[in-house]
Amino acid sequence: MNKKMFGKFILAAVGVFALVALAGLSFADTGDPAAATTPAASVVTAPAPVENSAPPAGATAAEIPEAVQKSGHIITLSMLDWAIIILYFGFIIGIGLYLKKFSSTSDDFFLAGRRNSSWVAGLAFLSANLGALEILGWTGGTMKYGMFVSHFYWLGAIPAMIFLGLYMMPFYYSSKIHSIPGYLKLRFDEKTRVLNAVSFAIMTVLMSGINMYLMALVFKTVLGWDWNLSMIVSALSVGCYITLGGLMSAIFTEIVQFFLIWAGLFLVSVMGIIEMGGISQIFADLPPSMGALWSTAGSASLNEMSVTWIGLTLGLGFVLSFGYWTTDFLVVQRAFSSKDLRSARMTPITAAFFKMALPFIVVVAGLVAWKLQATGAITLLPHPNTGEPWNDTALPVLIARYYPQGLIGLGITALLAGFMAGQAGNVSAFNTVWTYDIYHAVINKNATDDHLLWMGRVTTVVGIIVSVAAAYLAMQFNTIMDYIQAIFSWVNAPLFATMLLGMFWKRTTSAAAFYGLIAGMLSSFAIFIGFRFDLLPGGLVRFLTMSDAPSGMAQNLWQAWWAWVVCLVLTVLISLVTEPKPEAELRGLVKGFTDEVELAEVPLLKKPGFWASIAMIAVVALNIIFW
Amino acid sequence: MVSIWTWVGLILSVYGVMIIGAGIYNLSQPVTTVLGELNPNLWWGAIMLLGGIIFLLIPRFAPDA
Repeated sequence: MNKKMFGKFILAAVGVFALVALAGLSFADTGDPAAATTPAASVVTAPAPVENSAPPAGATAAEIPEAVQKSGHIITLSMLDWAIIILYFGFIIGIGLYLKKFSSTSDDFFLAGRRNSSWVAGLAFLSANLGALEILGWTGGTMKYGMFVSHFYWLGAIPAMIFLGLYMMPFYYSSKIHSIPGYLKLRFDEKTRVLNAVSFAIMTVLMSGINMYLMALVFKTVLGWDWNLSMIVSALSVGCYITLGGLMSAIFTEIVQFFLIWAGLFLVSVMGIIEMGGISQIFADLPPSMGALWSTAGSASLNEMSVTWIGLTLGLGFVLSFGYWTTDFLVVQRAFSSKDLRSARMTPITAAFFKMALPFIVVVAGLVAWKLQATGAITLLPHPNTGEPWNDTALPVLIARYYPQGLIGLGITALLAGFMAGQAGNVSAFNTVWTYDIYHAVINKNATDDHLLWMGRVTTVVGIIVSVAAAYLAMQFNTIMDYIQAIFSWVNAPLFATMLLGMFWKRTTSAAAFYGLIAGMLSSFAIFIGFRFDLLPGGLVRFLTMSDAPSGMAQNLWQAWWAWVVCLVLTVLISLVTEPKPEAELRGLVKGFTDEVELAEVPLLKKPGFWASIAMIAVVALNIIFW
Repeated sequence: MVSIWTWVGLILSVYGVMIIGAGIYNLSQPVTTVLGELNPNLWWGAIMLLGGIIFLLIPRFAPDA
């Protein structure tokens, strides 16, 4: 039966491919420039609105078809490119259809049946984080901050991922919870769980909507695609395969998307390196503020991020990073789908190696774009709302520069895959938290397994609709984008203090966790408002950030740090004057009351600690090389 | 259940073949993109096809992966 269905899917996919490819060939034979079929027609210059635009080398205005020049966008797709994109949509929806029959219980739908290997869970763990916001945003960010962007990978991710795998996963996985708020319920109480569940649910759908909005914005700017069409098609596709197959469907498609992202974007950096004459040439003429990791972190005035090594280490390397990677259910959910504890612990450690390599795509491409722009070889597209050069278009501009017909389709598919992987991660995390931590915990405590499964599917559809609404909200109120950066600090930074104390200090009480979390969230919000509306006196700004004029990024890092400190201090103080839970109720949830799983009999190459050590050595080496 | 690696192998192989096809076409109709003379379609398509075939073989040699 399985093979039959798989066979049908293959036949359908091949049929779609054959039809589109035939159509593509027929257009190619005609050589119709309006159909943008010749390889030369795939790459065109920057649109007219950019005053200082110059055609990229190798593509002169004379070579650009008139129809494309009039269209005002930098990439025009040929039929082959369309075939690649359509095949992608058919493929991922086909996966959802195929996996539907494997989602017959709530555990199947929300935890993918807990049957995944560490490779599968690890790649999905990373892919859920690898949204297009990350890829386009950090490529553009590199044009602004230079090599400092690598800190968000090598300092702001790897140590936290390893900590999650080695020290926190045993508590998460062994307690057989469905979600992070589920742990808060077991360790503390219902109100702490619901507080975190509600804030996480709001953050998740907002992020999903922002992700969708940015996708539409990029595709409208680069390809001239209609806003509504971009959003509706991606939302319907994601909604379709998650509703059908739940988390398993999300994980399968995330892994496919992961490889498509690498296949579609890795080549941009390779071509950039070839054009620059080697990787050493990329760094050759960079100003010191752009080309170093730590040697310019001694003073905020020496680097483009205007932050010191203390702010980087405390705000990014510790609080924001650990807050996101160890408590954000969007990524941690993938580890919960592992088949056993060893695989769950290996999940973030496996992902760490791929995360470590990502700067090869985003940072190298960003530096290449920076150098090409400095020489006038490329021009970034203007932001549709502000008219200013838009750094987030750096990667699509490079795709247009290097990719001929065929690869263009692959590059656009990679960007689509990035957007959809991030969106699917948000939606699958949202449906679990809503179903278990809000609906089942507060609204219908006696719901059956079948009912929860049904609710999960309904919530997926609702989550998609709310995401689309959030996307339109973002379109109407552009300033919402400024707040999104800060939301992570509101939710994740104080939560990390709560989790840390909850797992490693048995004296932490339920009341302390609840009020400490609220205080941490409120303090983060207050600091954000203070920065945003210039309400803070100069002396306080200096005290909070160790700088007279902190950049927006520096403000975010310090805001996270202080939210964590407030939550930590208040939770400790309240714990000291309130009654802790009996030790019997802490079994499996707190260090010292959990049976440590003995891995002595596991071969060295299968031990999480061994691979964690390799990852740490590698990341330290990278920091030293690019010091 | 069909292994995830089979799905990955399948799509990389199909895309590899499609892009190699474009690369072969480019032999007679050179592209004008920057570094187009390297015919990236041809060799990147071949790398994708090779990667796809390796993924297709994973379930056979490492069924637990």
